[in-house]
Amino acid sequence: MRKGKLLVAPAISWLIFFFGVPMLIVIAVSFAARTPYGQVIFNFTFANYQRFLEPLYIRIFVDTVFTALVTTLITFCMGYPLAYSISKLPHKWQQPGLILVMIPFWINFLIRSYAWVVILRSQGLINTLLLKLGWITQPLPLLYNDYAVMLGMVYALLPFMVLPIYVSIEQLDHRLLEAASDLGAKPFTAFRKVTFPLTLPGVAAGSILVFISSLGMFVVPDVMGGAKSALIGNLIQNQFLSARDWPFGSSLSIVLAVLALVLIVLYYKAIQKQEGGTNNEEKLA
Amino acid sequence: MKEMVRLQGITKKFGNNLIIPHIDLTIADGEFITLLGPSGCGKTTLLRMIAGLEEPTSGQIFLDNEDVTTFAPYKRDVNMVFQNYALFPHMNVEENIRFGLLMKKVPKEKQNERIDQVLYLTQLEDFRARRPQQLSGGQQQRVAIARALVNNPKVLLLDEPLGALDYQLRKNLQLELKNLQRGLGLTFVYVTHDQEEALTMSDRIVVMNAGRIEQDSTPDNIYHNPSSRFVAQFIGESNFFDLDKENILAIRPEKLNICEEEEENFVHPLPEYYGTVVDVVFYGTIDKVFVRLDNSNQTVVAYQYFDDVKRWCPDERVGIWWYPQDAVGVKP
Repeated sequence: MRKGKLLVAPAISWLIFFFGVPMLIVIAVSFAARTPYGQVIFNFTFANYQRFLEPLYIRIFVDTVFTALVTTLITFCMGYPLAYSISKLPHKWQQPGLILVMIPFWINFLIRSYAWVVILRSQGLINTLLLKLGWITQPLPLLYNDYAVMLGMVYALLPFMVLPIYVSIEQLDHRLLEAASDLGAKPFTAFRKVTFPLTLPGVAAGSILVFISSLGMFVVPDVMGGAKSALIGNLIQNQFLSARDWPFGSSLSIVLAVLALVLIVLYYKAIQKQEGGTNNEEKLA
Repeated sequence: MKEMVRLQGITKKFGNNLIIPHIDLTIADGEFITLLGPSGCGKTTLLRMIAGLEEPTSGQIFLDNEDVTTFAPYKRDVNMVFQNYALFPHMNVEENIRFGLLMKKVPKEKQNERIDQVLYLTQLEDFRARRPQQLSGGQQQRVAIARALVNNPKVLLLDEPLGALDYQLRKNLQLELKNLQRGLGLTFVYVTHDQEEALTMSDRIVVMNAGRIEQDSTPDNIYHNPSSRFVAQFIGESNFFDLDKENILAIRPEKLNICEEEEENFVHPLPEYYGTVVDVVFYGTIDKVFVRLDNSNQTVVAYQYFDDVKRWCPDERVGIWWYPQDAVGVKP
């Protein structure tokens, strides 16, 4: 037992030094002030959090949450059927199906985002094709708007929705579906009454992963949204890299982290309630 | 008697694996019939075919004189009690039981009435708001039975329903189930590999082996007149004496008698074999006496009750005898 504990020491100390300590620094800086040239001075203040309440930042925050919600909803609508279909494939095709879902991870995310630019821009693949076919006379504004950002987010985060849902469908006891059918449930009713409620933990896990990831996303709005759509991720990035306002950037990060934490706590509460306090080995995420 | 289920020329293949070569079977209305056999003999597959969860490769299934061979499970008026109960974990006891009634769009008041009825029958009234995970194995078992019974099916199919329970609970539930079936007059098709369960509960036992029916008769007849070596061996214990290739005598251990090798003034038939006692095992109500026969490797077993002549000890020389009417000729 003692020796077993020793085995986790490297991981624990890694987390303490490279996650815990920086986190504490960010918290400290979020309550600090700065000089006009960007130097951090440790004068305790709530000013950074008060600044967040300005209408401009509130709007960005609301936009971010809205984008994240819509992204979550779309990835769910696309991801559930995909996960379900993969789980219904003959056994030997399931693994290849999952690998296909994950293949995009093998390529750098920034490069994949620029690939979308190549496809969507005015002289891009789609517009060129449509122009050549004579279906349009002006290039469509496919890039640098909120829709493009949404598209990029859904594209990037879909696998995070698919995988947990797939796992929960896989773990579902197929005899429950036989029982439902035996008791008179047609296939769709059996899905609605048995499969779906019992795979909700997977949906919740996927939704949390997608929602939290899209809250902090800044590459997609940067590359595909142009200057027009700033989300909170871009705002934070700007505070650190351009505005040199570390205290404000830190306070924004903390707000984001607290929001994510609250969501995760709510998720576990909901799961525990749904499973009646027992039998919850399929907690993933 | 009215016919309820008829299986006609049923065969079943899984891939290239022939599970059931050919089976014909008729089940009467109100009958408690048990499909008994070792695991892999095809008894569960047969049950699942009646439920519609498997389709026969060929042959027909009639339910109450209607050909239901191609009907999906949800279109058949039969219900199944699954081996591990398959209760819905996200519903409480009452919701589990209500499920089938909801599917059949039974009016709400009728639903409540029927639910109360089966909860009473299965003694689950105090547990209606509990989730399955909060119940003991025996209670879960009752919920599974209640969930099936509430639909008033034409046939209740039970797939080793007591298999996961401990011995004492199993004994009690066997009696409860039998009484329930008798009280309701419902047709039960019961699958088990437990011969004792089959003997105590059934009106009729179908002994299966390798996808074939070995014997189909009353428990009494199956026990006392087994048709084959397999049946005699699978149900209860038997001693076999090979007379020649075609003729085998099967004798139950309680019908096998032991006497002293050099006995005087005896009134029973002459011993057929002689041997040496190799072991005596105490079983409470009986001693099991194992005897190695002379000139062969065969060991036979005889049950000795304590009001019998004497208690035997290992290494004693003995004779083996029986009354002719207790020896049954069986197929190899």
